[in-house]
Formats: sequence, structure tokens, C-alpha cells
Amino acid sequence: MASVVLSEAEKLYIVHGVQEDLRVDGRGCEDYRCAEVETDVVSNTSGSARVKLGHTDILVGVKAEMGTPKLEKPDEGYLEFFVDCSANATPEFEGRGGEELGTEIANTLYRVFSSESCIDLKSLCINPRDHCWVLYVDVLLLECGGNLFDAISLAVKAALFNTRIPKVRVLEVEEGSKEIELSDDPYDCIRLNVDEVPCIVTLSKIGYRHVVDATLQEEACSLASLLISVTSKGALTCMKKVGKGSLDPESIFEMMETGKRVGKSLHTSLQKVLDEEESLGATRQKVGFLG
Amino acid sequence: MAAMDMRLPVARKAVTESAGGEKHLVAPGDIITTDTGYMRGHGTYVEDEKLVASVAGVVERVNKLVYVKALNTRYNGEVGDIVVGRVTEVQQKRWKVETNSRLDSVLLLSSMNLPGGELRRRSAEDELAMRDYLQEGDLISAEVQSVFSDGAVSLHTRSLKYGKLGQGVLVQVSPSLVKRQKTHFHDLPCGASVILGNNGFIWIYPTPEQKDEEAGGFTTNLEPVPLSDREVISRLRNCIVALVTQKSMLFDTSILYCYEASLPHQIKDVLKPEVMEEIVLETRQRLLDLEG
Repeated sequence: MASVVLSEAEKLYIVHGVQEDLRVDGRGCEDYRCAEVETDVVSNTSGSARVKLGHTDILVGVKAEMGTPKLEKPDEGYLEFFVDCSANATPEFEGRGGEELGTEIANTLYRVFSSESCIDLKSLCINPRDHCWVLYVDVLLLECGGNLFDAISLAVKAALFNTRIPKVRVLEVEEGSKEIELSDDPYDCIRLNVDEVPCIVTLSKIGYRHVVDATLQEEACSLASLLISVTSKGALTCMKKVGKGSLDPESIFEMMETGKRVGKSLHTSLQKVLDEEESLGATRQKVGFLG
Repeated sequence: MAAMDMRLPVARKAVTESAGGEKHLVAPGDIITTDTGYMRGHGTYVEDEKLVASVAGVVERVNKLVYVKALNTRYNGEVGDIVVGRVTEVQQKRWKVETNSRLDSVLLLSSMNLPGGELRRRSAEDELAMRDYLQEGDLISAEVQSVFSDGAVSLHTRSLKYGKLGQGVLVQVSPSLVKRQKTHFHDLPCGASVILGNNGFIWIYPTPEQKDEEAGGFTTNLEPVPLSDREVISRLRNCIVALVTQKSMLFDTSILYCYEASLPHQIKDVLKPEVMEEIVLETRQRLLDLEG
């Protein structure tokens, strides 16, 4: 993970500040930084989204391709995640430096999306045992400013919301074989229901309290963090502890409660922005990367 | 329970022309002038009898000298500048300090004040005890003593006002935004002090009650900073970030005016784009009124 070096006195200042619920940029322990979300930024994908959370910049692209269903789940499609920590984010990611972090983030995303209720995978099936839609979700880290997991999960949810999968029809040809026909109208497509897709909330333990949305400086002061994935209704689907420090069970319980509360407000804000963007429709002025 | 502020991105507005007249902006490779009567300065080179810019910036003219002042560069050391730096390495008789320049700056052991203000030749024990004075990651304030031929800067802390920095907040900005002034150490009336390093490192810290004479900046005060001071420091930090985002020059008056303009808002709201624009506009207006 990209990290900054801080002097002992700076770390002490940050820790004392967190104890008094006043962080360096004036936020409270449960406040997020101002975020910018935009979807449909990459034209040759089925869906894409870009999230800027402070100095953290994430770009997610979703491509829907036809594939064969997995043997143990013949009537469902599936998602494949790939995370690329580009050297743009920090020089530490040059060459193969970002691979370890990329695989860690991808494995976390697999775990988060492994629960059955988050995405209706049965709607991705075209022909049981023969054809299904595979959604390749590619995450690109453009800038690393702390709190990667939260920003990535927000971007993945926004990109899945934006994904448009073309409608296909299965035709029975003679000799029993099936043919797949793509509909002629390019705007005729199915959308995914992302109401149950969870978002990850990272809670970093600093001193005796925990903070949400830590910056790089605050991450340098935190020895242990808890990653929890929360659905829009406040249900916790999975949990992971990172960091070399230890957490005692009472603080884990407190952090879970905070995470559930913060997660619910995260979902409502994201849904509001996505609905606002949708309502602007074709008149929306695309900002993209050169705005 | 605070709601999260999420919004759609807005295209950046072009910065309006300030009351300084037309600025001649150039990119590397742009021809500045074909007149050969000028003396060429930094950021330019001559090609086919034409004066061409080598950096992206603003063309400045002083009598017969033409130079390009780059907008976003690494720090180029000048003798006498005040810098704030972070120690990256502890070597045999010196420390390597990062100051946002092309090469790491050097702080020689002989350029550092000994605790107690002793004046003697540095011995082998001093060399072994270097890590007790400054470790990797420590922040120091220092003055540029000289510049080596390759551009590396040699620092010194031979005054009681320089030395290791204690508790506070560091903001990193572009060196071109820090205005050159008589003094870079300011005790702002709002309740905090600020060091405006010429290299773009701005250090905001709580004003010490009494000036410690004998410490010389080696003992750090590790007591918790009171909440009222913290609020002032956080607000100043956000104001500086706002000024930098709007590409305003940083000096004590502009920071103070920006602080006063931000008082009606909550500290964390100062970082919202629309609030930043509003307070920087007010600051610019007050500065113009001050001049005119």
C-alpha cells in the first residue's frame, strides 16, 4: 500500500486529534471526504464508473461477454474481478510492485460478492449448462490517497448500475441445436439490480477510537483496520481484519456498529447521485478526464 | 450522523483574468519572441535566432531580461531561503533531507546546532549520537547555506529559530505559490503559527507559550494540543488547501484573510468546491481593496 513517512510528533498530533473527534482536516470520526461519482466514462465497455474520494481516484470498467457457466452452478452467470494498481498512483507500483495489493483487493471483492443475494446471477444465464453472461469487472487505480477499498466498492457498484447487457434470444434450430440471436436495437438491453450489492467500509483503529475514510497520514498512524461489507439495509455480509496490530472483541463490536450506520448512509448518498445522473439522461455534460 | 457528500463532477472553470493584465502563457517549444535584443534568462533557449520556452509558465520581462517563470516545478534552492524538510537518511556526517527538489538536500553535522548552544568541533561521539538528534521521518526547518554545482542544496540550522519541528500539520504545495517575503515565520493573530517554506512545505503548529531559549529546537513538546488550538490549525490547513486549489499566492495576509472569510462555515465544509471558490474570491477582493 502506498504510505507516507511521518515524524513521531505528527503521529501523536493525529492520534490526540482523533481522541477528541477532530481530525486534521476538520472532519469527525464518522465523516467521509467529498466524493465525485461519474458513470459511463469509458465508451467501449458495457458499463463504467469513476469515483474520486479526496485524492483517491478509481476507474472501473465492466465488460459483458458470453461464456460457459461453471459446473457447480449451471444456471447462473458469474463475475470476474481484476484490479490493476497502475504506476500512476505511486512509484511503489512500478513494474510488479502493485501486484500484491491488486490480488489482495481482487480477493476481497470476490469474497464480498460471493454471497448469493447481492447480484441476481440467474438473470445472467442464457442457456443452462451452455451459455451465460460473464461480467469482467476491471478496476484501475489512478491515484492512491488512502481508503482504497471503500472507493473501489463504490465504483464497482456504480459501474454495475451503469452496465447494459444486450438482450439475446435463444432460437431452436432443427437438429436440436440452439442459436443465439442478438437483438437489432442497440438500446435494447437488460440492466442489473444493484440494490443488494454491498459496499465496503474501512474502519481504522487510531489510539482508542476508530475512524472512517482514513487519509494516507491517518493510515500511517493506524495499526489495525477492519473492512466490513454492508448492504443498503445495514446488513453485514463479510468482515476482514488487516494490519499488524491487534483488536480486542469490544472494539470490533463497536466498529461493526459504526460501520453498519455509516454504510447505510453511504448507500443512500450513492443511490441519490446515480438516480440524479440517470434523470439527466442524454443532456448530461460528460466531464471525463479532461474537464 | 452525518450524511456523506457525494456529487456529480463539474468541469473546471477557466481561471478568470486577474487585474494584472494579460499574461503571456507558454508551453515548452513555444516561441517567445524573434527579437534578438533581449538577454535570455531561466526557462528559455535560443533556436534559429528565436527565443523558445523550455518550461510551461508565464513569460516575465525585466528591462532587457526575458525569462519564463514555471508554474509547477520542483524547488530550486537559493541561498538564504527558509525551507521545511523531512529527513530521509542518516549518513556518516550528514543527514539527507527531502525538500521537494530534484536532489535530496544535505544537512551537515557541522551545520547543526548542538544542544545547549555549545561551539566546538564535532567529535566521533557526536557522529554516533546523530540519530538521537534527527531520525528518518523527522521534520526540520532550516535555511539554505549554499547550492552545489549539481543543484543540490546544503542546509544549516545555525539559529535558535530553526531545528526539529514538533506537533503540527504539514501541507505540501507547489513552490511557485509561496510568495517571497522578509520573514517566513508568522505568528497569526487567530491563534496558531505558520512556517511558509520556500520549497512549498507549509508547517502549521500551535503557538508556543514561552520561547524556550536553551532547547534550540531539540526537545519536542509531547503534551496534547488543546481543542481550541486544533480547530484553528485545521481551519488554517483547509484554507491553505483552498487557496492552493484556486492557484492563489500564499503569504501571511492572504492566509489570514482566507481564515476570516471561512469563519461562517464549518471547518470540514471549507473543503467543498463551492465553498472554496467563495472564500478565495472574498480573499482576493479584500487583497485588491488593500492594494487599491
